[in-house]
Amino acid sequence: MSEEFKLEIVNPEKSFLSKEDVTEVLVPAYEGDMGILKDHISIISFLKPGILKVFSKSGEDKYYVEDGIIEFKDNTLSILTSSIFSLDKIDRSYVSQSLSDSEKLLSKEDLDDQSRFLISQKIDVLKSISSN
Amino acid sequence: MASLDDLKKRILSVKSTQKITKAMKMVAAAKLKRAQENAEKGRPYSEKMNNIILNLSNGISDKENAPKLLAGTGNDKVHLCVVLTSDRGLCGGFNSNIIKKAKAYFSKITSEGKNLKIITVGSKGYDQLKRQYNDKIVNKISFKESKNINFFDAEKVSKIIIESFQKNEFDVCTIFYNKFKNVITQIPQAQQIIPLKSSETGNENEKDNYEFEPEEDEILGNLLPKNISTQIFKAMLENSASEQGSRMSAMDNATRNAGEMVDKLTIQYNRSRQAAITKELIEIISGAESL
Repeated sequence: MSEEFKLEIVNPEKSFLSKEDVTEVLVPAYEGDMGILKDHISIISFLKPGILKVFSKSGEDKYYVEDGIIEFKDNTLSILTSSIFSLDKIDRSYVSQSLSDSEKLLSKEDLDDQSRFLISQKIDVLKSISSN
Repeated sequence: MASLDDLKKRILSVKSTQKITKAMKMVAAAKLKRAQENAEKGRPYSEKMNNIILNLSNGISDKENAPKLLAGTGNDKVHLCVVLTSDRGLCGGFNSNIIKKAKAYFSKITSEGKNLKIITVGSKGYDQLKRQYNDKIVNKISFKESKNINFFDAEKVSKIIIESFQKNEFDVCTIFYNKFKNVITQIPQAQQIIPLKSSETGNENEKDNYEFEPEEDEILGNLLPKNISTQIFKAMLENSASEQGSRMSAMDNATRNAGEMVDKLTIQYNRSRQAAITKELIEIISGAESL
């Protein structure tokens, strides 16, 4: 039995990535990181800012996502996201820009807990990217 | 009868108009290809989104407490209409078709005694609606500066819609746009986005057992605003493909008509030239005879 399943990442503008030979995907789900293997139960969840790791035969790919929805069904993992960047090709200036924007946003006082949590998540991830 | 000189001038002016329409047609054809590709690329996202929402709303346990974006406010008094048009003219019936469809809907709403609010996206729609419905237009948006359609623009529109929904400023929201079928045919569409109408209720029997993380309503609360952006984005993509298609066929027609006109005018020009020569000959001959 092969241990592979299908992964589809779609942007609003285009299909970002489609792979048939994925063995494991590590997603930064809203309530904690989640590893998805073949024959996972059908699940719908959404993402928080973080690093998405895709393991396949050809190796390991890392992506930075800001938000999105994931759906796993019939051994197909669909990820809908409006902002995803390959970690190898990510634009440094974008990272620092978005980091300073988020820090500014966090300093505002009228934030609810949920968005505060999401923004601080984003800052953590962005910091770890820029320090690499 | 117009003099030879006048005819010459007219032929020249029609020819230069033809040059312009021909160029516009070519530009539209090139843009159409891109817009069509974009529209096709954008489809998987909105389809997937729709599927997930459908699955979610089927799985939701207590419908009473469903998010308002899905279930509606329970009222049907104030209708918000978002009319998506282009920013540029010279594209045949493209804008007029949307406006016609929207106006029919408007008069239906007002005749039922309901309140009407309008948001126009794109300046041409505003131009056509402001005379009759100026007091109803609550907001006008235009993306003249952004060259390509991008998701952020769609998000801006949906933010405005959602914010005013949360302030209870309307109960039902409908968007108007042209759906791209092919280059010649674009179908004006009215799509209700709040409350969400599930278009396919038929496949309820194959209920999937999903695991939800976090809870269904929390996901829905997060997902529904996104879905609105997605729907608007889809409408904008379809619209831009339709606009280019419509412009292309309109300009094609114009080029052809200009060609016909040039032919007709040339014949007329030649005839009158010949008539003038004949007349001159007759004058010379009769002058010689009288001597």
